[in-house]
Amino acid sequence: MPLQIDPIQITAYTATTAAGVGNAALLGALRTNRSALTANDFGHEPLPTWIGRVAGVESVSLPMPLAGWDCRNNCLAWLGLGGDGFIDAVHAARERHGAARVAVVLGTSTSSIGATEDAYRGLDADGRFPAGNRNPLVHTPHSLANFVQTALALEGPCVTVSTACSSSAKVFAAAERMLRLGLVDAAVVGGVDTLCGSVLFGFNALQLVSSQPCRPFDADRDGISIGEAAGFALLERDTAGDGRVFLLGYGESSDAHHMSTPHPQGLGAERALDDALARAGIDAAAVDHINLHGTASMKNDEVEAALVARRFPVTTHAASTKGITGHTLGAAGIVEAAASLLAIEHGLRPGTANTRTLDAACGGQVRIEPAAGDVGVALSNSFGFGGNNCVLVFGRAGAPPRP
Amino acid sequence: MTAASTHVLYVEGVAFWAPTLPGWPIARAAFRGDGEPVDPPARRPAPEVLVAAERRRAPDTVALALEVAAAAVKAAGRQASELPSIFTSAHGDLGVNDYMCRTLATQPTQISPTRFHNAVHNAAAGYWTIGTGCREASSALTAFDASFAAGLLEAATQCEADRRPVLLVAFDVEATGPLATVTVSRGLVAGALVLAPGPSERTVAAFEWQLAPGPSVRAPLRSAAAQAIAGNAMADALPFFEALAREGGAVAMPLSEKLALALVPRRFELPPS
Repeated sequence: MPLQIDPIQITAYTATTAAGVGNAALLGALRTNRSALTANDFGHEPLPTWIGRVAGVESVSLPMPLAGWDCRNNCLAWLGLGGDGFIDAVHAARERHGAARVAVVLGTSTSSIGATEDAYRGLDADGRFPAGNRNPLVHTPHSLANFVQTALALEGPCVTVSTACSSSAKVFAAAERMLRLGLVDAAVVGGVDTLCGSVLFGFNALQLVSSQPCRPFDADRDGISIGEAAGFALLERDTAGDGRVFLLGYGESSDAHHMSTPHPQGLGAERALDDALARAGIDAAAVDHINLHGTASMKNDEVEAALVARRFPVTTHAASTKGITGHTLGAAGIVEAAASLLAIEHGLRPGTANTRTLDAACGGQVRIEPAAGDVGVALSNSFGFGGNNCVLVFGRAGAPPRP
Repeated sequence: MTAASTHVLYVEGVAFWAPTLPGWPIARAAFRGDGEPVDPPARRPAPEVLVAAERRRAPDTVALALEVAAAAVKAAGRQASELPSIFTSAHGDLGVNDYMCRTLATQPTQISPTRFHNAVHNAAAGYWTIGTGCREASSALTAFDASFAAGLLEAATQCEADRRPVLLVAFDVEATGPLATVTVSRGLVAGALVLAPGPSERTVAAFEWQLAPGPSVRAPLRSAAAQAIAGNAMADALPFFEALAREGGAVAMPLSEKLALALVPRRFELPPS
């Protein structure tokens, strides 16, 4: 078992999803359990499915020095950075610590691949990418973190984590390690994924996409709804002792089972859970709320429901927010980290939007309706292709760093 | 802690593969200048971690990554299932990306489900953990032309933070199709290392390392064998593997234009047996 870690202060955070730009929009949707999914209108030949599309991405124009980075993913990143005073918080951290002492660690599944897809639809007579869409820094998965580091004028380590749907959960782990070793004094973590042909048609090919708004943990669920999102958090060691919310722990693991279906007994997920609880120094019974991965795929929800049922008391409140935002893939980790932090800060235990009848595999933990109630510790699950798992633990002040 | 705090990594197992340098013994000799690249070049590796059918079907990235991963673990004398792993690649599988974009432009509903899940950046990490029965953490990173340096930083950080050995696997393949008009990467290059937090009878090299702010440029390559494969997107690994082969000399690897990962060889003593 890993050793307990010191809590890491979350100085600022923001999430932009189909519910709208910034935390207030997400909080409003969590409170009312309102789905932001809409009928798929993305692309030239939209599949009959529902999507979590962020309004207004098309009208974002990057400021001039950043114009060369233009693509849907970086525009959504820019829109997301504008939420909740996040840029100001990062600038203040840069002033406090110096640009070289602030890392950028971001997760994405497909990054700017949408721009590459566009280029293939518009090749010139010589088979080359069309003029105006030839920036090599865009047509590569590091596009996201490279763009955000440039946009925030930071000079510390900068890396993109791309482990499918656990990407922007694992960034918290990577940043915590850098902070613990004193390599940096702060880290911008988060992730962005945007709607693109690759994921819409790819998940369709795997027969994982629902033709209806997704219904996590519903007995009649029949697949996922794909969404897009941007989210960011600023992590620092709690030197002043005035932090409000903290990263308490994390666990990372592999299923060692299959590229696109989870381990049938959830052994990888359970290992990530055990490591996360150990790093946080808490028992499962201390967890008030679980933000479930809950994609509404048949297999994920069956395995995850069984894991929660066997490991948590029935008093633990568990729910999936994917009926609100859709499955935002590489951005799911940060979006659901933000939902967990909002739950802690606002005494709100979110529900599972769209779901009508819970699957019999669910214990009493999984709830359809949101509830008011204190959340001292929240856990967030993210499980991805390749059997890549990450569980995060968040908590409130009151868990002070050890000397 | 201060900005200048120094850390130490211990290298246990080293692996390398390129068509002209198939395996660390050949690569090491060529990087030292006392051996020649092979001619004709080797064909793509067929790693034993994969079952026979997958060995043929696997994308180049997976074949390449698993070949060096297995070789590094074997050289270290460790169990693959006990090592957390960090896979790093500038571009991932450029062949699968070309297929995806080409098919989406013409017949989007005909996308192959297998090739779609092989398009994830962590495909090689997934096949590795499945093939070796490893339930430890695995990650998949990219940092464009600093992907090896960023991967080495993450591996060294994880190794020291958790005080346990880790596997680092780095690879890039050839750009194909229209994507090759913007993305430059030629041939196949892969390297892997097992890093440990302390010295042991397995240690083959040790480095003090730290982050070095300030202007940073990639070190020139010293061997013709390395220069010949520097068109690959994992070329930022080559100065480090040359340093390993030559057993001496500091190496500073750019993490960006304004930051480097600086490594200085350190003498190591085996713990008393």
